[in-house]
Amino acid sequence: MKILVCMKQVPQKDAPLKLNESGTWIREDVSYEVNEPDAYALEEALRQKEKHGGEVVVITSGPARAQQVLREALAKGADRAIHLEDNAFVGLDAFNTAKAFAAAIKDDIFDLIFTGLQSDDYGYAQTGVILAELLGWPHATIIMQIEKSDGGIKVKRELEAGYFQFVNMPLPAVLTIQSGINKLRYATLIGIKQAKNKPLRKVTLAEVQSAIGGNLQKIERLYVPQKTKNTQFLEGPPGEVAKKLVEKLRNEARVI
Amino acid sequence: MPNTILVVVEQREGKLNRVSWETITAGQILGAEMGLPLEVAVLGNNVASLAGELAAKKVAKVYSLESPKLEPYTPDAFAAALKQFLASNTPKFVLMPHTYQVRDFVPKLATAMGRAVISDCIGYKKDGEKLVFTRQMFQGKLAADVSFAGDAPWFVTFQNGAFRGDKVEAGASAAPVETIKVEIADGVIRNKPQEIFKEAKQAVDLTQAEVIVSVGRGIKEQKNIEIAKQLAEALGGDLAASRPICDSGWLPMDRQIGSSGQTVAPKLYLALGISGAIQHIVGMKGSRTIVAVNKDSEAPIFEIADYAVVGNLFDIVPPLIEEVKKAKAGG
Repeated sequence: MKILVCMKQVPQKDAPLKLNESGTWIREDVSYEVNEPDAYALEEALRQKEKHGGEVVVITSGPARAQQVLREALAKGADRAIHLEDNAFVGLDAFNTAKAFAAAIKDDIFDLIFTGLQSDDYGYAQTGVILAELLGWPHATIIMQIEKSDGGIKVKRELEAGYFQFVNMPLPAVLTIQSGINKLRYATLIGIKQAKNKPLRKVTLAEVQSAIGGNLQKIERLYVPQKTKNTQFLEGPPGEVAKKLVEKLRNEARVI
Repeated sequence: MPNTILVVVEQREGKLNRVSWETITAGQILGAEMGLPLEVAVLGNNVASLAGELAAKKVAKVYSLESPKLEPYTPDAFAAALKQFLASNTPKFVLMPHTYQVRDFVPKLATAMGRAVISDCIGYKKDGEKLVFTRQMFQGKLAADVSFAGDAPWFVTFQNGAFRGDKVEAGASAAPVETIKVEIADGVIRNKPQEIFKEAKQAVDLTQAEVIVSVGRGIKEQKNIEIAKQLAEALGGDLAASRPICDSGWLPMDRQIGSSGQTVAPKLYLALGISGAIQHIVGMKGSRTIVAVNKDSEAPIFEIADYAVVGNLFDIVPPLIEEVKKAKAGG
């Protein structure tokens, strides 16, 4: 099976975020990491390849820093990478990101495309499904298990409140992968070494420009959310804080 | 019929889910403010009784889009049915609840129409002439006001709890119901879904718990869960966790709180080392009293906490266990 994994670089989970001057995005000077569900998507692709053979290709869009995500993926076992490299990709909405990806892979043939179920920055949870529609492929979202079946695949979809569902579907298909579908591997030293010689194709904005249009949605303003709750911050040495907290839970909130 | 608001509700086995009512409230408020009539659509096979239930509310019209091919749900059939419907009924806004099902088909539908979805919104506001929709970004650390740049219809999905489902206004008289038999050609539906099921091992019911001690990434190692367990025992409560802890196998999946786990509303919810990603918050924000312990003073969990402790949970929890024991012993 030939599998494409769409990956994204996002700010680190506990990185303090600063707004840019226009208050429409964050400042670039934060630490980045791979979007967590995308790491699970990559792992699943590697496991499918180990079982059924084939190729794992990783793709991302973003400035030069985003290459780190691809390098890590290659070190873990992906065969090659595609980097849509430009700052402008950061500001694309899900519709245009999917269009840019579709344009960048038009000469490739894949059986499956994986994405993480959503990104930790925008959190739109749309790019994978949009990509499926652009390609005319079926899709399934929030996937927790993938098996080959006669003429296609059988996937386990996670539903709300602890429910699941198996779905049979033909290939090629797009799947959005849920965190926790598998156990992530670490890159080995030898993998890191081998990654240096694996192909990484760079795609410029100009190459996909004709495929994308103006954003259909626009972030007017990004800001720190206003608190709606009157939160009491308890300060002091741990012993004192513990005492204060129990006192408040007992006499003020009356819950213990 | 342009210049309307359309709410598409979600039903399973002939019952509307709670968040559908919330979206109708959103549609009623937005409609009143914008001077746009509110219409509602329900999709399925034999959903006439649901259409009747919806028509009793303060809405201008109810459409029931019917086809045997809409049961069971598939993204192909739902997108095809709504695309067909929206070709002749062109609302300004299409509002839906941000459920797993809607997430599964609405980006496909909008893409097929060359339109955009602003997903997982928690509200809206007027910014001059412009209507902007507010959504959480960066796992809830920041909020964004987002506007539509393309043409209507504009698709918006609202997060669970964004509006009050019990505030739906009843209508003075029943609204007209139109049943539309949608044609879904053979070959449109490619996925073959099987029956939905619950994993047998899901045994723990946290929805009835009065006190919950919940752990997140801040617990660092599996063996550290022990101190959270001791605190839960001292409080006479149950132990729970955010998703990453269950993904790591440190606690079973049936202890998970959040959109993919259980939704709880205990008297006391103690969040230890939980940052408060949206997917977790939606599962516990209804708790009466929320205590959060986290070393990151900017963690989104503090936005909804009643009592907040910025600090290392390993420093706070041991004396807390002692204080709780003392308080309980003292009656």
